[in-house]
Amino acid sequence: MIQSRPRTPLGYLPILLPAFALIAFYIVPFGSMVGMSFFHNLGGGAYEQVFTLENYARLVSPFFLSVLGTSFEVAFLVALFAIVIGFPFTYLLVNARRGTQVFWLIVMLSVLSLSEAIIGFAWSTLLSRTAGIGVLFEALGLTEKAQSYAPSLGAVLAGVTYIAMPYAVLLLYPILSRIEPDIEQASRTLGASPLRAFFNVIVPMHRTPIVVSFVMIFVFTLGSYLLPQILGRPTNWTLSVVISDQALLQSNMPFAAALSIFLMTVTILLVLLVTLINRKGAKA
Amino acid sequence: MKLGKILSTLFFWIVGIVTIAPFVVIAGVSVNERKSLTFPPEGFNLGWYGDLFLDPEWREPLLTSLTIAICASLLAVLIAFPVAWFNWRYRTGFGKLVAGLGAMPFLLPPVITAMGFLTFFIILGYYGEFWTVVVAHAIFLVTLPLVSLSLGFEDIDTSLVEASRSMGASEATVLRTVVMPMIRPYVISGFCFVFVISLNEYIIAVMTVGAVFETLPMKIFNALRYGYTPVMAAASVVFVASTVLIFSLVAAFSDLPKLLGARSK
Repeated sequence: MIQSRPRTPLGYLPILLPAFALIAFYIVPFGSMVGMSFFHNLGGGAYEQVFTLENYARLVSPFFLSVLGTSFEVAFLVALFAIVIGFPFTYLLVNARRGTQVFWLIVMLSVLSLSEAIIGFAWSTLLSRTAGIGVLFEALGLTEKAQSYAPSLGAVLAGVTYIAMPYAVLLLYPILSRIEPDIEQASRTLGASPLRAFFNVIVPMHRTPIVVSFVMIFVFTLGSYLLPQILGRPTNWTLSVVISDQALLQSNMPFAAALSIFLMTVTILLVLLVTLINRKGAKA
Repeated sequence: MKLGKILSTLFFWIVGIVTIAPFVVIAGVSVNERKSLTFPPEGFNLGWYGDLFLDPEWREPLLTSLTIAICASLLAVLIAFPVAWFNWRYRTGFGKLVAGLGAMPFLLPPVITAMGFLTFFIILGYYGEFWTVVVAHAIFLVTLPLVSLSLGFEDIDTSLVEASRSMGASEATVLRTVVMPMIRPYVISGFCFVFVISLNEYIIAVMTVGAVFETLPMKIFNALRYGYTPVMAAASVVFVASTVLIFSLVAAFSDLPKLLGARSK
């Protein structure tokens, strides 16, 4: 039934239209952004079409190095938290009843799809003085008086971890659901408690997927855009925020384009790294 | 031994409760009697939900978001379907290349794709036109129906297709009478995924039409910066509820664990 290719060139027609759409509206916009990154900025949204490397030269300024430092710090910590929470959670989830699994998968998908504007609003409310954990802590007698916990770096980390956790769960779910039940059974027969079986057998077994998911969450977190603005101070802004700030508020399109190319290069290098780790893991 | 069980159950429920807590607080805040940000709510008032649908300041962003999401998800499915069908029917390098291209936008941080569209539409002079955000969302999210449809095609029992073909059915008849009914749940789930994410998407919408149109996520973010109103909470609750509802429907009509890659048991 499966043919290697259509009999006549006309048979390619169905896929030509989607191919055209993807090239015209993805490859070409990409190319135009690459071109833009080499133009000279005139200010106020205007630019001159001459070849210059000045936008890339600005990438090594102390200000952008500090932005980069913040972005990577946030992404690193969030990826770490998301894995530490997400891995055991997913492990418990795949061993739960099917109904429980479906329920939490719906919740995770929903949190992941919701607008960062809504998540940011929810977390800023949760961390506020009048409606959140401040009230709870005061009622429990933990603090003398309710206080606000945002904006701060901690609030950014909490908010971004909150959206990265479902991403971690959905990345790990297919992998962990393929664990043979025999493995845990075997370690139990040999006298290990479930907790020891988890830490001494399940976790070391999944070293490769853990590292791969860590890098994927790192990339995902670099894209976080509204949460650092809502929950943090300008010193907590990440590269994504600075890119859109340059494009929309400073109207410096060439520089915003150069920053995007930079972010893309970092992302592609990280994805290549993941593929490499995966291949090595498959061999081992 | 029992301690491990207690600890793991406790851990699972703490994570679960923290995941749901922000929305409980938002729901509570949305029924405050007066225009205040307090939880537990003071008094009870559903009027803010009325404002969301009646006050043009909120109703229009809501309708804009809905229109974009419906058009973008239709377009994304229309682009993805022929690619998935072609790759199921034939084995060609070109087909694989197109499918790979379709998976790219979703892998990169969205701000990069958004910047690409911004430069592209500015250079062409279409910046701010309504159709640009529809096309941008459809291309950005085409990966989702592509994945769900490819899974669906893989699942089709080929003996049924063989049977109908040997009885003389043409390619078009096979597609319409045999393939379509089996692939329909996957078309719908692909549509739903794009719809939900488009509805909630912020950065690409801002960078294509942000100067001309206001979507609901933009409205919420702007309201957040320029002062609080409980309508924001009401809008968020409606969005959370519809997102959960749509994914629940997907789960009801298809095998959600399998769609998300679990081993079928």
